[in-house]
Amino acid sequence: MACRSVARAERVSRGTASINPGLKQFSFPMPCLPIERTRDSDRKPCSQYATSPSWENLAATVSVTSESSLRCLFGIRRQEHLWMSTRQFSAAWSRLLEMGIEHFDAFGSIEPSALSFCLDGFRVSLAPLRVSLVKIWGVMFTLWPVKRVKSRGTSDIRNTVGNIPMEWYKDYPHIGYDLDGKKIFKPIRNKDELDEFLDKMDNPDYWRTVQDKMTGADIRLSDEQVDLVHRLQEGKFGDVNFNEYEPAVDFFSNEVMIHPVTNRPQDKRSFIPSLIEKEKVSKLVHAIKMGWIKPRRPKETTPQYYDLWAKEDPNSILGRHKMHVPAPKMKLPGHEESYNPPPEYLMSEEERLAWEQQDPEDRKLSFLPQKFACLRAVPAYSRFIHERFERCLDLYLCPRQRKMRVNVNPEDLIPKLPKPKDLQPFPTTQSLVYRGHTSLVRSISVSPSGQWLVSGSDDCTVRFWEVSTARCLKTLEVGGAVKGVSWNPNPAVCLVAVSYDDTILLLNPGLGDRLLCTATDQLISSYEEPEEAKDQPVQWAVSEGEGHEQGHRLVLKHPKAVRQVTWHGKGDYLACVMPDNSSNLQVVIHQVSKRRTQNPFRKSKGLVQCVSFHPVRPYFFVATQRYVRVYNLIKQELTKKLMANCKWISSMSVHPAGDNVICGSYDCRLAWFDLDLSTKPYKVLRHHKKALRSVAYHNHYPLFASGSDDGSVIVCHGMVYNDLLQNPLIVPVKVLKGHTITHDLGVLDVTFHPTQPWVFSSGADGTVRLFT
Amino acid sequence: MGGLQKKKYESGSATNYITRNKARKKLSLSLADFRRLCILKGIYPHEPKHKKKVNKGSTAPRTFYLLKDIRFLLHEPIVGKFREYKIFVRKLRKAYGKAEWGGVERLKENKPVYKLDHIIKERYPTFIDALRDVDDSLSMCFLFSTFARTGKCHVQTIQLCRRLSVEWMNYIISSRSLRKVFLSIKGIYYQAEVLGQTITWIIPYQFAHDHPTDVDYRVMATFTEFYTTLLGFVNFRLYQTLNLVYPPKLDGQGEISLKSEFEEDYALESESYTEKLSALSASLARMVPSAEEEETELDHFPTEGEDLEKMEVREKMEQEQIKQKKFFEGLKFFLNREVPRESLAFVIRCFGGEVSWDKSLCIGSTYDATDETITHHIVDRPSIDKQYINRYYIQPQWVYDSVNAKILLPVEEYFLGVTLPPHLSPFVEETEGDYVPPEKLKLMALQRGEKPQTEEDEEEEEEEEEEEEEDDDDEEDDQSEEEDEANLAEMEDKRSRGKSLSVKVTPGKAKAENRKRAAEEEKAEEKRLAIMMMKKREKYLYDKIMFGKKRNVREANKLAAKRKAHDDASKEDKKKKKKKC
Repeated sequence: MACRSVARAERVSRGTASINPGLKQFSFPMPCLPIERTRDSDRKPCSQYATSPSWENLAATVSVTSESSLRCLFGIRRQEHLWMSTRQFSAAWSRLLEMGIEHFDAFGSIEPSALSFCLDGFRVSLAPLRVSLVKIWGVMFTLWPVKRVKSRGTSDIRNTVGNIPMEWYKDYPHIGYDLDGKKIFKPIRNKDELDEFLDKMDNPDYWRTVQDKMTGADIRLSDEQVDLVHRLQEGKFGDVNFNEYEPAVDFFSNEVMIHPVTNRPQDKRSFIPSLIEKEKVSKLVHAIKMGWIKPRRPKETTPQYYDLWAKEDPNSILGRHKMHVPAPKMKLPGHEESYNPPPEYLMSEEERLAWEQQDPEDRKLSFLPQKFACLRAVPAYSRFIHERFERCLDLYLCPRQRKMRVNVNPEDLIPKLPKPKDLQPFPTTQSLVYRGHTSLVRSISVSPSGQWLVSGSDDCTVRFWEVSTARCLKTLEVGGAVKGVSWNPNPAVCLVAVSYDDTILLLNPGLGDRLLCTATDQLISSYEEPEEAKDQPVQWAVSEGEGHEQGHRLVLKHPKAVRQVTWHGKGDYLACVMPDNSSNLQVVIHQVSKRRTQNPFRKSKGLVQCVSFHPVRPYFFVATQRYVRVYNLIKQELTKKLMANCKWISSMSVHPAGDNVICGSYDCRLAWFDLDLSTKPYKVLRHHKKALRSVAYHNHYPLFASGSDDGSVIVCHGMVYNDLLQNPLIVPVKVLKGHTITHDLGVLDVTFHPTQPWVFSSGADGTVRLFT
Repeated sequence: MGGLQKKKYESGSATNYITRNKARKKLSLSLADFRRLCILKGIYPHEPKHKKKVNKGSTAPRTFYLLKDIRFLLHEPIVGKFREYKIFVRKLRKAYGKAEWGGVERLKENKPVYKLDHIIKERYPTFIDALRDVDDSLSMCFLFSTFARTGKCHVQTIQLCRRLSVEWMNYIISSRSLRKVFLSIKGIYYQAEVLGQTITWIIPYQFAHDHPTDVDYRVMATFTEFYTTLLGFVNFRLYQTLNLVYPPKLDGQGEISLKSEFEEDYALESESYTEKLSALSASLARMVPSAEEEETELDHFPTEGEDLEKMEVREKMEQEQIKQKKFFEGLKFFLNREVPRESLAFVIRCFGGEVSWDKSLCIGSTYDATDETITHHIVDRPSIDKQYINRYYIQPQWVYDSVNAKILLPVEEYFLGVTLPPHLSPFVEETEGDYVPPEKLKLMALQRGEKPQTEEDEEEEEEEEEEEEEDDDDEEDDQSEEEDEANLAEMEDKRSRGKSLSVKVTPGKAKAENRKRAAEEEKAEEKRLAIMMMKKREKYLYDKIMFGKKRNVREANKLAAKRKAHDDASKEDKKKKKKKC
């Protein structure tokens, strides 16, 4: 027990008070009495004395000299931090109370926040000063160390610096402070290396000498301590007497023991029926008796049926049901599924093999029809479950759709057309065949009078025929395969234009009226050479000599091969086509009376297929592969461009009234253009099976014909009305067949008789046929 | 011009459809449960018009459902039950794993169950709707009732199916609504007309099934679950309309007559009643015990009795039908043990005949084979030892053929050991241009009341006629045409060659112009020309129709040719035999 100077305590307390001025409010009326030590331990913690026990000044001074004693006071273990939680603090106080200080009862009600504040103060004061005066709840404590009872006789030089790095004291002569606060001086160490070595050599206990860091003194370890160190180094238990390997004794073993584990007699209650249970059971029995508890009903396994549709209210029909597509019923079996079908439904051997080789999905029947002599012989159908399963799959996996089955009578689909009988006249039968050519007849033309027919063929001849008798009147050899012939449409002139290779011949066949022929000759010979000769793309030459006798009148030499030649309606102008994609000289127009040649186009607009004059107005039609261009010759401009909607136009014909054009194409189409309507076809006819070679209008009758590679000529009724509001009526009236197909070519040219409803056709079989 | 830019696939058909997987996720069900739900609710996928649009640009093959359908499924209480069941299974598994047998018991007791009543009401708001859709459920129930009570599905299901199918057959018997029967190689088809609805079902032949491995029995079981519920309610309602007791009970007389010594041997006590019911040999009990007079008439119920009085005024058709309904009445059949008992008993009873069989064959036989009043004894073996003189011994096909023909067919062709006439399908209705087998023609003649000629005469006559006709036609046509053509060709040749024509004027034959033919040709030409003028789309359709027609004609011709070849061959065989004799 030690008492320390009050003056010092006061000094410290003053400092502390100045730190915590607000603590005054926590002053309680509490008697502060000396705290008596009640516990016996070798560390006597402390004793406290109230400086003045009066009510006015309730400052208590507690002197604690070291940290450890404080710990001891508050029951804090060494490992814990001194920073106390409020709970620990209150526990500590309660321990204080335990020690017999009943008067501190009131502390229990102190607010924790205030406590923690106090604790702060406590902590601050502790660390540097070692001894501090703490004012808690208005009570002053002086913490002072308790004198340690020395267990050994040696002077206790305990260092009080605590657990700090000792190198802090490296530069000082002392190494810390003892319990009395006096410096502990470092032992005088003047040992150098040599001394050390000598010591090591001389001192037999050198190896067990350890320097105490806290005091700097050398300590010689005792035998027990050395032994302990050894044991710890070896990883053994520190206590010598501890046996790690004691024999294990099973508490419970497989041996059946005759004695109970515990010798405790059984409880009495285990022999007496439980009253509580009895009460419970009786309650249940009563409930069962009263019918409150019923035994569990056996579960209904069979479904209960009732009249589900007892109240069929129309409101319950949802909108869904209107959308619902009921599943189609399964197909009903036919005769072939019978166990005893008629013999024709059984499969023959080949059919059976074919059936077996088909994929199951492709088979028309899913089973093989079989015949059994009697019902008893019919086996089970092996795919029965499969079929039911497939039906199930269909029901829930197949999308359903309402398919509008077109239940049309095929007869209703056929358009109602006027009967061909009512549209007569038109050619119906083949009446004459003009034979004589040995090769393809490429082109034919009829004289304006309708008496003569001219045909040009690949055998390099031009033949003149009398239409009514099929007699060949004249055969002219020309220098090449004849590509086109064309009779001058002017009835006052007897002139035929024939094109072969790069030449156009103007012939006077000398048929018919002699006057007419001579007049034609005169007309040609009456030409006078103009004064200034223009250089023209085409050379005009008058044929003389033998040629003249044969009927040749004029020879026009072109720079390129001429394919088609066509006359203007008046008979003075002549247009010819020299198809060549690259040059602008594809079409030339000749004027026979002035022997002049014009090249109307400056630019090439594609491969020209054929050209035609407008029958009345000064228009000029040029058909390229896909378009027909209509030019105004007077204004010299493009008026229209007709789109044929086909791949390759082969031929073209202009209606005698001039408002309609038909185009035949190599892709089997015939396009009818109404120039007043649009530039697109009014109607496209796909009557032929193969490419169209030629189309023609009749001059007077509402007829047009088309010849094709399939060897047929189709005559159609094509009525054009004067009324602009009424569209043309197109009715096919007759399919004329007669030409045989040679080298995949059938009919090459068709043309109508100028006055009669007759049609001529020339074919690849070297014949010309007349249909009347 | 302002406004937000429209995003692709956020409106229109893309939003009306939902893929199966998305639908499944939306309902948060496993695929199996989703499948089950679709089956029960009758939801089927839809094929969108523009699949790529709906599929958001992808062309992957997907199944689409209508979004509306899936939304409709969201409100289904059964979905909750499915989830509960899933949890139940999980708990049960856990309990098994922990070997908590008490827990297992408890869980099993509280197994979640669902009822399909509301779904049936919802899918079939009226009774007629349900009746219309009962075909598949019948076929399925009959199939399941033939399954062995092991393996593939629950025993309860099989028992329930059997019960329902027996109920149905009993109803058909008491309402006399069977119309057609067909013995196919797959099974026996029955067609009945119930409340104006034609209902067809198929029953497999009585054999043990060879269960295929590539069939998902879970799907089948789900369907069966639905179908049994539907059929139960339909049966209840049907029994109610006939004033019969449901579940069916044998009427007093029947019950007494069915008592026999063998009862205990035949079946367990619990099952003997259902067995008796399924024997189909006794009539059912009625709710309102009918008057005694009517009770003497078997299977006649008051409603129909009233109708009969009025029926005199009604059309002949209906009378005929009534007659046909009981055209076996007064006949007593006895089934030998090798014939399919259930099917024959069902058919015979449907048309008012009395039927019995050997006591040891099945419960419910009413009289013995020795009964003198038996008129028809149905046997399916080549010969029988002990024959009674006052009854016909016939093969079972006679019953079925008679039912389909609606008259009692002559029994001669169906005697024992005789080659049976072909059994024709009563479901085929020949339209114009279809092939009609000659047996059918004969049958139709019989129905009209014409007396059939004896076979051989008929055949011979037919042959002769046919041959003659064919010959005549062919010769005339061919000759005339050929001659004409030949002449013309010759003439043309000569002309074209320009050779010295034999300028000889022969007396010209007046060309007999066949006016009719000419007119026809003209018409044909007209038609051809008109077809040329058809629009492309119409032409396509027309071609398609004509193609189908032509195919039908071709098939009919093929069948006819085959038949002819077969007949010829058989005739030759006969001739050879005769010669040998």
